[in-house]
Amino acid sequence: MIAKLFRFKGGIKPASHKDESADPPIASAPLPNRLVLPLRQSARAMARCLVAPGQTVLKGEIIAAAEGPMCTAVHAPTSGTVVSIEPQPIPHPSGLPAPSIVIEPDGRDRWIERVSFDHRAAGAARTREYLRDCGIVGLGGAGFPSHVKLGPGEKGIETLILNGAECEPWITCDDRLMRERPAMILEGARIMRDITGARRILVGIEDNKPQAVEAMRAAARSLGDAAIEVVAVPTRYPAGGEKQLIRVLTGIEIPYGKLGTHFGVQCFNVGSAHAIYRAVAHGEALVSRIVTLSGNMTRPGNFEVLIGTPVRDLLPLAEPRADTDRYLSGGPMMGVGLPSLDAPIVKGTNCILAGSPALFPPPPPEMPCIRCGECAKVCPAELQPFELYWFSRARIFGKTQEYSLFDCIECGCCSYVCPSRIPLVDYFRFAKGEIWAREKDKAAADLARERYEFRLAREEREKAEKAAKLAAKTAAGREKAAAAIAAVDQPAATPEEDAKKALIAAALERARAQKEQAQPANTADLTPEQQAEIAAIEAKRAEIREQAKPHLRADD
Amino acid sequence: MTEALLVMALGAVLLGAALGYAAVRFRVEGDPLVEKIDAILPQTQCGQCGFPGCKPYAQAIAKGEAEINQCPPGGDEGIRKLADLLGREYKPLSAEHGIEKPKSVAVIDEQACIGCTLCIQACPVDAIVGAAKQMHTVVAVQCTGCELCIAPCPVDCIRMEAVAETVDSWKWKYPVIPLRQAA
Repeated sequence: MIAKLFRFKGGIKPASHKDESADPPIASAPLPNRLVLPLRQSARAMARCLVAPGQTVLKGEIIAAAEGPMCTAVHAPTSGTVVSIEPQPIPHPSGLPAPSIVIEPDGRDRWIERVSFDHRAAGAARTREYLRDCGIVGLGGAGFPSHVKLGPGEKGIETLILNGAECEPWITCDDRLMRERPAMILEGARIMRDITGARRILVGIEDNKPQAVEAMRAAARSLGDAAIEVVAVPTRYPAGGEKQLIRVLTGIEIPYGKLGTHFGVQCFNVGSAHAIYRAVAHGEALVSRIVTLSGNMTRPGNFEVLIGTPVRDLLPLAEPRADTDRYLSGGPMMGVGLPSLDAPIVKGTNCILAGSPALFPPPPPEMPCIRCGECAKVCPAELQPFELYWFSRARIFGKTQEYSLFDCIECGCCSYVCPSRIPLVDYFRFAKGEIWAREKDKAAADLARERYEFRLAREEREKAEKAAKLAAKTAAGREKAAAAIAAVDQPAATPEEDAKKALIAAALERARAQKEQAQPANTADLTPEQQAEIAAIEAKRAEIREQAKPHLRADD
Repeated sequence: MTEALLVMALGAVLLGAALGYAAVRFRVEGDPLVEKIDAILPQTQCGQCGFPGCKPYAQAIAKGEAEINQCPPGGDEGIRKLADLLGREYKPLSAEHGIEKPKSVAVIDEQACIGCTLCIQACPVDAIVGAAKQMHTVVAVQCTGCELCIAPCPVDCIRMEAVAETVDSWKWKYPVIPLRQAA
């Protein structure tokens, strides 16, 4: 039993808006007309396409393989035909397209053969590979590959934490999942425990979801597993942040640059546990997820959606109101605007939030910072956002790093409380992007310098080699000449001239010898009959030439 | 009096010996200032500064023989960094050395390439692959965009293409507040 809960510093309590979408049970979204599956998974992971246009695929079939350590496989979410592989809009704030596989469903939704996986017999390493090939990533939003997180850390994992906090307003997909499928989530957690060798499983749920807490507790009781504990944590945004939840449940504070595994703790979203259970127990790859549709909609709720469904096809299910002017992917605190409604649902999409001028009024104009320090009070990463703001604004990026810019989790608490309504997170994102771009440029410059210096060294070496070769050749020639002089034994005017003469003589001698050797070999050792025949032919040729002479021009 | 002189002389000798030893023992190979300047330069190796590469330009700056505003690929930011490092006055980019352009890479029209290898010899970072009478192509990730391959091409089949923004190279923009015109 956990005797005591800890506190993380800062945090805010925005209106939760969970009731709007939490009541209706999870409904299945209908098959869309087409599915778009981006090959890009993160800045460091791009899957390798395995299909060609025109190919028919079954539900759950691998269509792109994992490439590199941070990548997972991509599967066909339903049976159908691959239409094209081309750049398509993706849910990314840039609005730029990225290479994607487009599938047209055949409407029959036929599964590929599903075989359950015996993870105990296979062992941890094989199971991790299996999860990678099932396309399992964290479903909390960041989409970090689960097989990497389940890998053996430095110390091994003592405590497994299931993150059901769902602290962001409006979103209820984890809440509904915990209410409806608690046993599957806990089975998934037990599989993860078998892989990592953890001793206890803690499920952290914010106390504004009493039904989810109750459902999970009942499931834990019926499993009779004493190592599983369901803990209701105080509702305070961002309690669902990984570091924050670990802090609340275990008291461990994870410093910059370290991961939970360094302290024997690892944290997974409840949705990921559910996906892992489906993969291991039923052999089902990750082809669908629960998505909350909420905000400015008449029938908000949660839907089980195939990965790759365009947002546009999903919206009629929740009936957005007429005054909706924009859509967010994610919640109001951390979500990013959807650049296009053609962008598909990806594995990290937990919510599509409809906004209207009444519901989310446009940000009022930014006022000067009054140094009130509210942002520092609420920052859960214990940073000084106002300092970071000064330096980001002035583009002094070295200083922002000194003030631990990269500890910022972009939770938005500082922007939320700022009385001057400064979009602080926007400044931090800008600064982070600039720093990354500079690092990239620096790496490119270093590569260019290395290649340039190598080229100079190579040119130098080639020159030296050529010179050495020439010198060796001249030396060899001189030696030969000297030998020739010795053989002829003639007094010479100057050794230089002699050497040259001797060289010429030697060359002539060589040419003569070659000419002799080059005599056609088939004229030697002829029989008398053959010689007679040759003589006859020559005589005939001479006769013909004689006859032809009067007809030829003089110069021929 | 003599004693005092002797003591001072001894001190001078000892300190001199210590300095002499330190000069030999802690000798710095190369010029650290040149390295620092070279680290700021973009390593395009384009020669627009009038020197045959970034390192020679860095050496010239360190010796005070060149201005800090002769590097178009480094741009305004590069000049500011150099000014900061060297404590010199900031100057806008000198127009005679070129203008700042968006980053581009060379692209060879492979249909037109005759395989003369002239561009391969011109490329300062060996980013063009090919052989005599074989088609050549540019390895885009290694191309610095120096444009040195364009002039030697006898069939003019090399052009510069600006690097398009992708999802991975996209950056969050500097936050700006849209101003609405008052009625």
